[in-house]
Amino acid sequence: MAGSGNNHLRENTDDTLLRVENLVVEFPSGRRNKVHAVSDISFDIMEGETLGIVGESGCGKSTTAKAIIQLPKPTAGKVEYQGTNLTELDKEGMRQQRPSIQMIYQDPISSLNPRRTVFNIVNEGTRVWSTEHGAAQEQKVDEMIEAVGLDPREARTRRPHEYSGGQCQRISVARALVLDPKVIICDEPVSSLDVSVQARILNMLQDMKDEYKLTLLFISHDLSVVKNVSDRVAVMYLGKICEIGDGDLIYEKPTHPYTRLLLAAIPDPKNKHKDITDILEGELPSPLNPPSGCRFRTRCPRATEKCAAEEPEFRQIGNDDHWVACHFPHIEDDDLGPNDEISWPPDRQE
Amino acid sequence: MLHETETPNTLLELDDYRVGFRTERGLAKAVDGVSYELHSGKTLAIVGESGSGKTVLNRGIMGLLGSNVNESGSVKFQGEELVNSDRQKFWGKKMAMIFQDPMTSLNPVMKVGKQVSEPLRLHQGMSRKEARHRTVELFTLVGIPEPSKRFDEYPHQLSGGMRQRVMISIALAIEPDLLIADEPTTSLDVTVQKYILDLLVEVQKESNMAMTIITHDLGVARGRADEILVMYGGRVMEHAPAETLFNEMAHPYTSALLSSIPKLDDPKHTRLTPIEGFPPDIVDGPDGCKFAARCQYAQENCLNELPDTTVKGDHSYACFYPIGTDEGAKAFASNAERGHTAAGLKIRAKEEVI
Amino acid sequence: MTDENHSPVEPSEMELPEESEEHEHDEVSVTEAGLEESGFAEKKKIGVGFWIAASWLVLITFLAVFAPVLPFKEPNQNFIVFEQKENPITGKIQDRPVQPPYSPNGDHLLGTDQDARDILSRSIHGARISLAVGALTALFGIVVGGALGMIAGYFKGILDKVISAIFLVSLSFPGLILAILVVALVDRSLITISVTIGILAVAPIGRLARAQTLSFAEREFVLAAETLGAKKSRILVRELLPNVLIPMSTLAMLVIAIAIVAEGTLAFLGLSVQGSSTWGKLILTGSGLQTLESSPWVAFAPMGFLFLTVASFNYMSDRLRDYFDVREIFVTRD
Repeated sequence: MAGSGNNHLRENTDDTLLRVENLVVEFPSGRRNKVHAVSDISFDIMEGETLGIVGESGCGKSTTAKAIIQLPKPTAGKVEYQGTNLTELDKEGMRQQRPSIQMIYQDPISSLNPRRTVFNIVNEGTRVWSTEHGAAQEQKVDEMIEAVGLDPREARTRRPHEYSGGQCQRISVARALVLDPKVIICDEPVSSLDVSVQARILNMLQDMKDEYKLTLLFISHDLSVVKNVSDRVAVMYLGKICEIGDGDLIYEKPTHPYTRLLLAAIPDPKNKHKDITDILEGELPSPLNPPSGCRFRTRCPRATEKCAAEEPEFRQIGNDDHWVACHFPHIEDDDLGPNDEISWPPDRQE
Repeated sequence: MLHETETPNTLLELDDYRVGFRTERGLAKAVDGVSYELHSGKTLAIVGESGSGKTVLNRGIMGLLGSNVNESGSVKFQGEELVNSDRQKFWGKKMAMIFQDPMTSLNPVMKVGKQVSEPLRLHQGMSRKEARHRTVELFTLVGIPEPSKRFDEYPHQLSGGMRQRVMISIALAIEPDLLIADEPTTSLDVTVQKYILDLLVEVQKESNMAMTIITHDLGVARGRADEILVMYGGRVMEHAPAETLFNEMAHPYTSALLSSIPKLDDPKHTRLTPIEGFPPDIVDGPDGCKFAARCQYAQENCLNELPDTTVKGDHSYACFYPIGTDEGAKAFASNAERGHTAAGLKIRAKEEVI
Repeated sequence: MTDENHSPVEPSEMELPEESEEHEHDEVSVTEAGLEESGFAEKKKIGVGFWIAASWLVLITFLAVFAPVLPFKEPNQNFIVFEQKENPITGKIQDRPVQPPYSPNGDHLLGTDQDARDILSRSIHGARISLAVGALTALFGIVVGGALGMIAGYFKGILDKVISAIFLVSLSFPGLILAILVVALVDRSLITISVTIGILAVAPIGRLARAQTLSFAEREFVLAAETLGAKKSRILVRELLPNVLIPMSTLAMLVIAIAIVAEGTLAFLGLSVQGSSTWGKLILTGSGLQTLESSPWVAFAPMGFLFLTVASFNYMSDRLRDYFDVREIFVTRD
C-alpha cells in the first residue's frame, strides 16, 4: 500500500520538535482480526506550534496521542522527538524521555488518583525523578499550583473529589508542568467540561503555553475549539489524515469532502459552511476492515473507481501550507497549479 | 372536507414550578420557580449548563425524580395537574422522553426491535405481527438501514447514532403528544448529530407533537427550536423565539454564554471571554438574582432582590439591567468606572460586549 | 466480553465492593459536569449500628489485650463454694462443696463451668486467642492474597494466568479438611492455625484484589503516572495500593469473622490452639447434653461473645462496603 505519502511533511530542522513518520497502530481483535486504528500517518510539529488533530469517534486521534508516548508502542513507524526515535528506545530509555513529553487527559476526575491529596499528585513528578525532597522542590510545586489558579495551601489537604471538573483539569496541567516538559499532548481536555469552564481552561492553556514556551498537540472532536487553539490542523478519518495545514486556511477553504462535511454539520449560529448539502451516506466502516484505496470513499459523494483502486497522496493547494489527500478535492481555480489535473470528476458538479 | 388550521393548543403549562431535593445541608432548590407554556407543534429548546436545573425540570415534568423531593407550583398537561400526582398514566401514552446516552437507556439484553414492538403491543394492543410491521416502518422512518435485519439485533451491535435512532423509534411508537429530548445528540459525533436533529424536527412537524430539546449548545438550539428558554441556577433567565433571542439578546447571562464559546469565524488564537466565578449554591444560595455574582452588569439591588420577569410580547427576561437598554448601559458604565461590579467582580472590558 | 490481553474477570466468591470514592461533599464541589443526578443522592450515613458494632469490638479488644491486669477473676482457678450441709453418712453438719456449675450470681456474673471456673473471666481470656487467630489470618490473607492479586491484575499475561490458577485450585480445596490435616500433622500452635486458615483466605482476597487492580489500572491516573515516568513498581504501591486497600480491608473484616468461627469449629474437633482457652474450646466445654440442659450458661456465654464479635465484624464490613459504594460519577458533556 502506497499510503498517502509524506509530501506534506516540512523540512526536518533544529526547530522540529516532534516528527511522526508512517505511524501505524493496530490491535488484535479476536484470533484473526486486527483493528486498524492508525494507518500510516505522518506529521511534524515545530517548536512553539500548536497542532490540532480533529476527527470524530473512531478516527484514531487518541490512539495517535498514546502511540507518540509509546503507551503502548506503535505497531510500526517513527516518532522522533528532537531527533531521537522514541520507537527504538528500550523501556528505560523511553522512561528517561518522559518528562519532556507530558499529557493531559479527557476525564478530569479519572486522571487523578482519588486517594491522594492534590499537592501529592502535582508533586509526584518531582518525587519520581528527584533525589532531593527539600523545601525548594515543595516551593516549585506550590508555585505551579498557584500558576494554574488554585490555592496551594488547600491543595495540601484536599483530594480531587473536592474540586470541580475544571479545577481538576488545572491540577492535571500543573502536574504536567512540574516536569518542565517541552511538549504537552492534550487529549480532549475540555470535552467533559461545561461550556463556560471550557473557555477558562482554553485561556489557561494558552497562557501556560506562552509562559513556559510549550509546544502543544491538541486533540478534540470539537472543530470550533480546535480552530481557536491551533496554529495548524490535521483532520483525521478512520486512521488516516485527510487534510492538514494552516488552521485558518483549512477552515476558510476546506478542500477534502470530509472536512467540508464536518464543517457543514456544526450547529454554529454563524456557520458559513452550513449550506453545503452533500449527503454523507451510510455508516462509519469498521476499522477491522477499512475500505480499500481512500477510506472515505464509501460515504463520499464524489467517489469513483479510482478512489477504490488507489489511495490518494497528499497534494499541496497552491503554494500554501495546505495539503489534502484526495483525488477530487474541492479546489478553486486560482489554487490550481500549472500541472494540476482538473480537480472534480467530470460527471459531477462542484 | 376543508382542512382547518389548528389553533395552537396549550399542551404544557408551567406556573412557578419548583423542585427541591432534601439533602443533609437543607433543601437543594434545583428548580426555583419556572413558568412557561408549550404548544402542540412547537419546539422549545431549554438551554443551560450543568446545575442550571434543566434536566431536573424535565424529569420533574415527566415524574422521574426520586422520592426525596419537594414539588410545588403547577404543571398542567393538557389541562390536567401533574404536580404531586401520579404521572405514570401518561408514560407510554402521551409523554415520552429520550435520554442522552442511548447505550444505557436501551436494554442490553433485549433485541432492539422488541424494545419498540413491546410498547406497541402493550399500549396499542397490536398483535405481534402488526407490531413488528409497525416497528420496521418506524425504523425506516428514522433512517435505520436494513430495518428488518436490525429488528433482531442487540444494542451493542449498533453504533451510537443507530442506537439513538432506535430510542427515537421507541418514543415515536407511542405517538406521544409531548416528546422531551434530553441532550439527544451530546454523545454523538457531529455529523450524526445533524441527522438526528434533522430527524427529530421532521418527525415533530409531521406528527404535530410538542417537543422540548434540552441542550447546553446554543447552536443546536438556534437551528432547530422555535423558542429558546435559558436557565441558570434553577430559574429562567430569558425566554424568546429563537431569532429574537440571538438578535435582541437581553439577559447578560445569555450574552456571556454566547461570548464564551469559540466561534468558527473567529481567527485562531482569539482570546475567549469566560464567565468568571462559580455556579451558585442551590441549598444556601443568594437572595437576589442567581447570576449576580458573575454578572458584569450587577448592581447593589441585584444582590438582594430577585428581578421580576419583564415581558415584551413573546420575549421575556428576568433582569434589572438588561442589555440594550438605558438601565443596562448605565449599569455597565458605572461598573466599568469603578473597575468592579457590586458583587466585587472585576470588569475586564471597557465597553459592553453585545 | 473477553479481550486477547485480559483473562475474563471473575467475581470473587464474596461480593465485590465497588470502588471507594468518599462522597463527603455533594453538590457544587463535585465536578460541574453531571452533578445534577449524582449530587442529590441523600448523603450516605454509615449508621448508628456501625458505631455500636465498632464499640463492641473496641471494648472486647481492649478487654482481651489488658485481661491479665484487669480485675477479672483468675480464669483457671476453681472457685468451689462450700456450705454447711449435713453429711449424709455421719449426720454431722459440716462444710461440703456445692456441685458446680454455678449459675450466674453476684460473685460470678456469668456463672461458672463444671470446674467452678469463672466464665466471664475465661471468656475474656479466650477472646485473646480467638481475636488473635482472626487478626493474624486476615493479615496473612491481605498481605499474601493482596500482593498476588495485585501482581496478577497489574502485570497480567503469564503471571496472571499462573496466579489465577493458584487461586482457582485453592478455592476448589475443601478448606476445613485441609485445615484439619495440617493441624493434625504439624502442630496446634497459634501461628500454624492462623497461617492455615490464612492460606484459605488468600484466594478470595486475592481475587478481589486482582479484580480491583484490573479495574483501577484502566483509569487514566495510572496512565498519567506512567507518563510522568514512574516505574511499574512505584505505580503498584503508590497509585494502585491505596485504592485497592479499601475494598480489601472491607473484605478482611469478613475474613476475621469467618476465621473466628473456623477456630471454633476446629476446637470442636479438638484441634484448636494448644494450651490456652479459646471461645471454641469454652463452647465445647459447655456442650455436653446434660450441661446444656441444666446449666446452659456454660456454653451460651462464650457463644454470646463469639456471636456478638462475629456479627459486629460482619455488620461493619457490610456498612463499610455500602458507605464506600458510591455510584461512579459519570462525567457527561453537560
